[in-house]
Amino acid sequence: MSPDSLPPDIRDTDLAPDVLEPELERTWRTPRGLIGALSTVDHKIIGRRYLVTAFIFLAMGGVLAMLMRLQLARPENRVLPPDLYDQVFTMHGANMMFLFAVPVMEAVAVYLVPLMVGTRNVAFPRLNAFSYWMYLAGGFTLWTAFALDMGPDVGWFAYVPLSGPEYGSGKRADIWAQMITFTEVSAMAVAVEIVVTVLKQRAPGMSLDRIPLFVWSMLVTSFLIIMAMPAIMVASTSLILDRLVGTHFFNPAEGGDVLLWQHLFWFFGHPEVYIVFLPAVGMVSTIIATFTRRPTFGYLALVMALIATGILAFGLWVHHMFATGLPRLGESFFTASSMSIAIPAGVQIFCWLATLWLGRPVYRTPLLFVLAFFVTFVIGGLTGVMVASVPLDTQVHDTYFVVAHFHYVLIGGAVFPLLGAIYYWYPKIVGRMMSERLGRWVVGLLAIGFNLTFFPMHLLGLHGMTRRVYTYQVEMGWGGLNLFVSLSAVLLACGFALFFFDAIRSSWIGEPAGDDPWGGPTLEWSTTSPPPPYNFRHIPIVRSGQPLWDDTETLTVAAGLRVDRRELVVSSVAEALPEAREASPANSIWPLWAAIASTVMLISSIFSPWAVVWGAVPIAVALIGWFWPKGTPEDEA
Amino acid sequence: MAATSRLASCLPALLCAGCGGWQSALQPGGEQAGHLKVLIQLFTIVCGIVWLLVMLVLAAGLWRRHSGTPTGAAAERRSARLVGAATAASVLVIIGLTLASYVATHGLAAAGADPLVIRVRGSQWWWEVTYMDPSPDRTFLTANEIHVPVGRPIRVELAASDVIHSFWAPNLAGKQDLIPGRDNALSFTVDQPGLYREQCAEFCGLQHAHMAMLIVAEPAASFDAWRDGQIAEPPAPNDAEQAAGRLVFTGKACAACHTVRGTPAAGTLGPDLTHVGSRRTIAAGMLPTTRGSLAAWIADPQTIKPGNNMPMVPLTADELNALAAYLASLK
Repeated sequence: MSPDSLPPDIRDTDLAPDVLEPELERTWRTPRGLIGALSTVDHKIIGRRYLVTAFIFLAMGGVLAMLMRLQLARPENRVLPPDLYDQVFTMHGANMMFLFAVPVMEAVAVYLVPLMVGTRNVAFPRLNAFSYWMYLAGGFTLWTAFALDMGPDVGWFAYVPLSGPEYGSGKRADIWAQMITFTEVSAMAVAVEIVVTVLKQRAPGMSLDRIPLFVWSMLVTSFLIIMAMPAIMVASTSLILDRLVGTHFFNPAEGGDVLLWQHLFWFFGHPEVYIVFLPAVGMVSTIIATFTRRPTFGYLALVMALIATGILAFGLWVHHMFATGLPRLGESFFTASSMSIAIPAGVQIFCWLATLWLGRPVYRTPLLFVLAFFVTFVIGGLTGVMVASVPLDTQVHDTYFVVAHFHYVLIGGAVFPLLGAIYYWYPKIVGRMMSERLGRWVVGLLAIGFNLTFFPMHLLGLHGMTRRVYTYQVEMGWGGLNLFVSLSAVLLACGFALFFFDAIRSSWIGEPAGDDPWGGPTLEWSTTSPPPPYNFRHIPIVRSGQPLWDDTETLTVAAGLRVDRRELVVSSVAEALPEAREASPANSIWPLWAAIASTVMLISSIFSPWAVVWGAVPIAVALIGWFWPKGTPEDEA
Repeated sequence: MAATSRLASCLPALLCAGCGGWQSALQPGGEQAGHLKVLIQLFTIVCGIVWLLVMLVLAAGLWRRHSGTPTGAAAERRSARLVGAATAASVLVIIGLTLASYVATHGLAAAGADPLVIRVRGSQWWWEVTYMDPSPDRTFLTANEIHVPVGRPIRVELAASDVIHSFWAPNLAGKQDLIPGRDNALSFTVDQPGLYREQCAEFCGLQHAHMAMLIVAEPAASFDAWRDGQIAEPPAPNDAEQAAGRLVFTGKACAACHTVRGTPAAGTLGPDLTHVGSRRTIAAGMLPTTRGSLAAWIADPQTIKPGNNMPMVPLTADELNALAAYLASLK
């Protein structure tokens, strides 16, 4: 790129502020109308779509959970027949993990990371658009199959041989495996975008030690996604091959191996827990800093803890397989590694406690969610230490004790911080505040409802109640606790319903938020709410970890970007020294066509292996259209 | 035989005592489960204390007066020391718990001499049980109920014929999976005579919820008597109705899947029914064994246990009655 050689080269330095903004708006905006909506590559619009879609899947998964509680409320209940119950619990798990938990965290990142690092769009914005369409298609495929009574019924873990060609009837297991392909393609795409955005597009001066903790957490999470998800894609693809063309990856009679599936699945499945939890660490750190009016204590320790958790996450998958009869030495190793991950988690908790001690807490809804997180997540972490012990795990594995444990970790540890983050960033995204009064009710109902629902499950597990049973006999003596759990679940559901009500209502009649309603320290609060299509009029220059607190006057800005084409600053990895101006791709309809072509190929390949052959043609056409130079100013770069 | 009937007569009492406790990790009936219960208690207490400490620090941090909060470098340094100390303390707790876990594993691994070997084979959705013996004519096959002598080490060898199952009798030991293509084993000793329940713990399809069996732990003498009874062929029908039932059994589809030793019925797809009348439950722990429940099960197995592999065989009312009488007589 040679900066000064291009003639129609209008720079932001050449224009007065009142001319500059309309010009930037014209360059970066999403055109009105259907075509505009379908071809946008604006990370804020795509992030918003991701968020709304993920929360719709949360609500649908919640309905499934309530159906299960209805069935289990009484012994030998006959509300759901076993076939439907198996579909319901499989859908609940697969939906919550693949269509809600991972995408919702990535959605927050897609929206916020570019704003927090001070750039105008994510890296690879068209890939971003493609990833959303793939995610939507995957979710649509799964739920359509369920509506047609073709929903997967083999558990979200789909163990072979139950999911294999001999025992997995119909196309149910194939639907599960192909849904994995959709959601993993989309998750990997977003992970790559986040990594590149964070490493190469930070505002000048935002050196590694000034990156906001939420951005750090998403960077580590994205690396986890890139390293963990290929394992599940290998597994699900091998399963489809076993089922469709008669390979024998998992068939012991033909030299395959049943446990290979479990190794591949959990090599992904355990990091998956941290893929969901680490963003929550970033959210908690952000909320605590803003509402104690001081930087989070132990920035370096927290970053190190994030990275340590990310590395250790790959060394403990075998603790999901302690009952499979692996050699004892290996089991002892995995006990030690599983327990050691409690140490970085402890460091995080201690740093947050120190921040609360040193700061002056302001009890607004986001901080209340963080307090609910403390009470519940610590229980989940400690029961995690319990299941890490091989002998102890042989008693609680595959029982309701484990159901309690991972809901404490996933809801207490990730969903509570997520809802706190929604209350925190909603004003930035929507431009209006959520209700503080309703918010307090939401926190109360969720915290109480959650603990009443899930704590008794620990006891049920120790008293012998196994997981994934569609019913239990009267003489087992589990009826009382199960009824209590089911009634408490109603309370929990009310909490979620109230949250949805507040979120929808506030978008209409919420109090206007202004740029920075909480007095937050990070760059996203320096622009308008909601931000303009170009995010920042000028790219800010960062001189501290809390730019909005430490640069009390006005932010210094970098200038010299072109305004007649989409252009952003590329900076160096460590010091974030500006290196170049880089064109950012304009809106395009082709990512949608590419996603449609991929969807046709992936769904057809459930039924015929030849779909991979003929289905590749439309995909190739769409990709050629995607990358064909169209003579826009961005193509010059 | 006398010992068996004595045990049978005290069965109602045992059943009641078992309510809510016959499948529980917290009511150990043997050495291994006892160790595991101690380990569970240790972890629960340590984790409970840690949780309380964290909550106390949190509550104290929120309730203290923040107006006079010391700020500046000194407060930060003190906090850094405290965070460091807390981290060091958690490292020590983690090391302690890991060692406790390791010691417990070693305690469980020590297998006793001269174990009674029982082979258990999991199928959708029932358990095939083979009692091994050095002399082949004392090796026998049964299903969905295990008897074990108190005080003698038991070695359960686990295999699966279709999908993965898991053998879990929480009062006696931790669980172990039954995996196609792999051989697993589980060792335990029972101290307390009584009735325990075992249930499949790995999701194995439609009737995963109804794949259980009873484990009867009894003194060595009663166990030997039971075993002799099981090795023997069942008594011949002693009335006309039972004889008619036997004819139905061998003449209709029953014999294609089930075995009753001493008769032409030699099917192996379903449970061995040679002494089905002596077992406490039918259909893998679902129903108590009575003439009535046998008749109900045969008349409509798909309503009682939807999806299971037993078809509904059309029978007249008389045939059904006779068949149930015959099966109930197979003590």
